[in-house]
Amino acid sequence: MTTPEFHPFLETDPDIALFRVLRDDGSTDPATDPHMPDATLKRAYREMRRLRILDARMIVLQRQGRVGFYGAAHGQEAVPIATGLLTQKDDWVYQALREQSVMLVRGFPLEKFVAQIFGNSGDVLKGRQMPSHPSGREVNHVSWSSCIGPQLTHAVGTAWSMKIKKQKAVSIGFCGDGATSQGDFHNAMNFAAVFKAPCVLVCQNNQWSISVPTARQTITKTIALKARAYGMPGIRVDGNDILAVYKVMGEAMKRAREGDGPSFIEAFTYRMGAHSTSDDPTRYRSNDEVEAWAKKDPLDRLRRHMVHKKLLTDAQDKALEEELTAEVAAAVTAVEALPPPPRESLLEDVYAEMPWHLKEQLLELQNAPPAPGHGG
Amino acid sequence: MPRTLRYREAIREAMIEEMERDANVFLMGEEVGHYQGAYKVSEGMLEKFGAKRVVDTPIAESGFAGIGVGAAMVGLRPIIEFMTWNFSAVAFDQILNNAAKVRQMSGGQFTCPIVFRGPNASARQVGSQHSHAMEHFYATIPGVKVIAPAFPADAKGLMKAAIRDDNPVLVMESETLYSFKGEVPDDQDVIPFGKATIPRAGTDVTIVAYSRMTHVALDAAAALAKEGIEAEVIDLRSLRPLDEDTIIRSVQKTHRCVVVHEGWPYGGVGAEIADRVQRLAFDSLDAPILRVTSLDVPMPYNATLEQMCIPQAPRVVAAVKRVVARTSSFTPSGN
Repeated sequence: MTTPEFHPFLETDPDIALFRVLRDDGSTDPATDPHMPDATLKRAYREMRRLRILDARMIVLQRQGRVGFYGAAHGQEAVPIATGLLTQKDDWVYQALREQSVMLVRGFPLEKFVAQIFGNSGDVLKGRQMPSHPSGREVNHVSWSSCIGPQLTHAVGTAWSMKIKKQKAVSIGFCGDGATSQGDFHNAMNFAAVFKAPCVLVCQNNQWSISVPTARQTITKTIALKARAYGMPGIRVDGNDILAVYKVMGEAMKRAREGDGPSFIEAFTYRMGAHSTSDDPTRYRSNDEVEAWAKKDPLDRLRRHMVHKKLLTDAQDKALEEELTAEVAAAVTAVEALPPPPRESLLEDVYAEMPWHLKEQLLELQNAPPAPGHGG
Repeated sequence: MPRTLRYREAIREAMIEEMERDANVFLMGEEVGHYQGAYKVSEGMLEKFGAKRVVDTPIAESGFAGIGVGAAMVGLRPIIEFMTWNFSAVAFDQILNNAAKVRQMSGGQFTCPIVFRGPNASARQVGSQHSHAMEHFYATIPGVKVIAPAFPADAKGLMKAAIRDDNPVLVMESETLYSFKGEVPDDQDVIPFGKATIPRAGTDVTIVAYSRMTHVALDAAAALAKEGIEAEVIDLRSLRPLDEDTIIRSVQKTHRCVVVHEGWPYGGVGAEIADRVQRLAFDSLDAPILRVTSLDVPMPYNATLEQMCIPQAPRVVAAVKRVVARTSSFTPSGN
């Protein structure tokens, strides 16, 4: 006997509801469970575990002055990991600050990823972008814009382009709750709907835009309900419940792929750490709040589910932690020793072909004394 | 056989020919389709290419500029029309931070072959928010190219080059030139950027101009000739890249230089040219380089005041007479 399939976009009220699958005891709601295969669940757990370790390590490196900046996904890992697991090869992802791990799940090598954070000669971006703004052509992954929001319009433009070219691919654009105040949020939502672009626009509502709470960004009860004004389905999902995110994201991507147009997802979650390494959240929010959300940790919730399903033992978990810690440490060691990008690269890629005045600047640079700390 | 075309027809022909040549090229903007373009530049194009390639958008310059960037990054070649360049102010972030930087910030992984185009600078009595000379802002940005043709043949050839270019190219047209007629060769192909022309040769002074001011400079040169002063007029056509060789060679011959452009005197293209001339032709100069620009005020609506604000041939003539007389007491308006 099969239960009728639950359609969260049709049956969940974006005004008030919160779509969930995982229960606190690690079991699932049978009506909404997406029935992820065991191998996918194991992969999801491994990726979330690695991301948690990687983020913690990068923050330590920043504190030690070894990298310039970092924005961690602590507490918000479920959304990027589920997204990475669901995307197909030709899909495109436009991240915001906390979705860089999507590219790792899609196969971007960890060492190249870490090299971007160091910005050295191992970095495909040639040391030009600040950390947490990575791009990888090999996995169709594009950085966000520091201005907050413009990447959403790019995601829609890419989706529209795929529709024009009759490709069956999907474009996914991310933002945070703060970005919903920006004009480009409106631009992206409206253009996506008017052009019926095959995209999924996702807001990770972590309730804080640096020090400003969501209540000071918008007075609507939820962010999901904004989708209604643009004429597209919107849903509010428990962003700390990877099964729920997987279900909702999968359905939104299917809609886009089948030509049914865009969807909007509000993933309700919490930023466990600081906004970035430039921020100290103890100055504006209470420890009680943070501790309450620590009990809803997305990694812990998935772990309880894995144990519930007998897919994970404590010994296996400990072994996995050791393995992933070693993997991250090895990547850091391999990458940190690399030299800076060659100084000649400074003039490259401004234009498709180097114009004469940049060739002149290159000659001047080559004849100038090397910058401090640069061997080349 | 060359044909006589209006400036707007030349732009339109360039777009049509490139859209026929490459299925990835499309036109997007406000009123470009059913309305045939706010200034009728895209007249007939919707009927010819259909709504998937001539795309009317919601009123949101930052929105469709961003849509264009996202489409360009995955292989389409958008032509984004701003109804006027004035309205690109709300899309400035998309041009400055995204189109211009995508290639460099991604380490060359992504490209952004996109054209932004529309009428620029003053029109007739449309007030300060419709009269900006936006090229000065954009020409400072590495990663973009900025062109400003004055004649229909150049408009067509440069527009075709812009559409084929793999970089973001900003095409500054002019509402007051759209009906200007000129000969366009039948086999007009692409005109490379960074090559100025000399529409009038002379020996006594170099007048550097572009877009509509080229015509003002030519009027001034004709008036000066009656008084025995032979001015050489340089039409830049392209502001970034800039053909400094043609400017320097001319100044080495004439020993004097006057730059004419719309827009404010603080900084800008004229200041850039003045820097290059004093740096590269210092020993050739017999007089200070003067600039004839719009006055340093927001553009007024009143027709008489407006024309006082915009550079006119008599002001160019006056500036030339000052440098030819080798006095340095003249101060350009607004400085």
